[in-house]
Amino acid sequence: MLTNLLPNIKVEDFIEATYETFYMTIIALVGTFIIGLLLGLLLFLTQKGGIWQNKLLNLVIATVVNVFRAIPFIILILLLFPFTNFLIGTIRGPNAALPALIIGAAPFYGRLVEIALREVDKGVVEAAKAMGAKTSTIIFKVLLPESMPALISGITVTAIALIGYTAMAGAIGAGGLGSYAYYSGFQRRDFDVVLICSIIIVCIVFLFQFIGDYVSRKLDKR
Amino acid sequence: MISIQGLSKVFTSNKSNTAAVDNLTLSIDQGDIFGVIGYSGAGKSTFVRLLNRLEEPTSGRITMNDKEITTLNKRELRLVRQDIGMVFQHFNLLWSRTVADNIAFPLEIAGIPKAERDNRVKTLIELVGLTGKETSYPAQLSGGQKQRVGIARALANKPKVLLCDEATSALDPETTNAILDLLVNINKNLGLTIILITHEMQVIRKICNQVAVMENGKIVEQGNVLDVFLHPKQTVTKKFVKQIMGSDEEDSDISHVMNRYQNGKLIRLHFVGETTNDALISQIIKKYGVDISILQGKITQTQAGAYGTLFIQMDGNEKDMNKAISFVREETSVELEVIHDAN
Repeated sequence: MLTNLLPNIKVEDFIEATYETFYMTIIALVGTFIIGLLLGLLLFLTQKGGIWQNKLLNLVIATVVNVFRAIPFIILILLLFPFTNFLIGTIRGPNAALPALIIGAAPFYGRLVEIALREVDKGVVEAAKAMGAKTSTIIFKVLLPESMPALISGITVTAIALIGYTAMAGAIGAGGLGSYAYYSGFQRRDFDVVLICSIIIVCIVFLFQFIGDYVSRKLDKR
Repeated sequence: MISIQGLSKVFTSNKSNTAAVDNLTLSIDQGDIFGVIGYSGAGKSTFVRLLNRLEEPTSGRITMNDKEITTLNKRELRLVRQDIGMVFQHFNLLWSRTVADNIAFPLEIAGIPKAERDNRVKTLIELVGLTGKETSYPAQLSGGQKQRVGIARALANKPKVLLCDEATSALDPETTNAILDLLVNINKNLGLTIILITHEMQVIRKICNQVAVMENGKIVEQGNVLDVFLHPKQTVTKKFVKQIMGSDEEDSDISHVMNRYQNGKLIRLHFVGETTNDALISQIIKKYGVDISILQGKITQTQAGAYGTLFIQMDGNEKDMNKAISFVREETSVELEVIHDAN
């Protein structure tokens, strides 16, 4: 009966596509987390009244972040083709999508990190200073632990955006569920494929949201 | 010993310069509990933050235990800060750490090995009376308990100086008293100097032996707590003294009582020191066989003894009464004034 309703579904292809989507999302998420954290910390620390107050550096980083956030993702991928080709050696497949995914998502996460760090009680940072803490101690033992629930909810939101990005990247040849839905589904007028791809993507989104909410709640001792 | 010379902090905004602390000179003895009182905006909070350079002074010098704080470079300043404990109005605990880990934080900063850290934390938790709360998070504690953690944390590196920035202002009166008792204990047992900022005269009365009154960035009056209570010179000081003693007018207005007590002598006793502990009134009654009624008064306890005024009516044999009066005048530190003599 299932084959009657969904005549064009090949289970192996779906597993392959789902794997590729997970692969791209998770690797890109790790890269985004690290680069976004760096960007967010720099934005926060160099702001007016910050520990490394530096107007110029702050302006430069803020501009880079804003520019990359302003470029629509699908155009960003095209813009990055030469860079990707140089870095990965190809412009097709899941690996080729990674640079664009990270460059597209990291500035977004960087802003979320900055917001999270601003929410840290200034009094606590001051208390650490009064105890004679070094800047590195303040970053790793005060700022990051105290903003952890917000950093986790931020990466959850970013992960969901990234899943969307992988589908877009898929449409121009990156592989994964987006690619499968577009080439094997839409272009062949096999809409059952599009439908199943959508359902799987929604499930992946729900999964990430659930994990993110759970971890964030567990860490929050306020 | 802390000595402060010509300390100023000027905040510059768009057009105007505001001197939050204005050319302040002061010295604080080792082991003192030194109170700084003033209304909001008097500059007292800025003052205490200048002492460990959380605010950079605009000019002036601060010397603490023969170390000049104002000339230290960043690295030296960090080391000196480990020797200066600080307690905050809003506790400023890390919510992500347990009570024990919060107290261990300054020890981690100072690079104390784990085993020693654990020992020290245990001692501190006992000292501030938080046994059993080691693994609680700050969110699970009451305000008073949070401040106990704050105090334990401030004491972790065995500082010689403890700065308290409105440490009790966020607490209810009962908790305030408990925290103040704890501070007095610490001062006595560990012999450390406490500098305490407050807007409540109760706090000064209860634990300080020296007080400075701040207004507009300047210290307008300073000295022994009892002296300042007794002879407040500035208007602002008088207002603060009024907070706990009631107004002078109110106290000395006894005309309504005078009509009721037609016999004997109406006497005003002014207590300045510890004599209240000597059961003065009952001594007079027993020794001289006079009758005494207490009419009105207010006595309060400071770290240096009792302070306050008492109106009494004394009745009996004229000779005995005169003897009693000269006894009070000559043998005790209580000031006596005969307001009305019916005879």
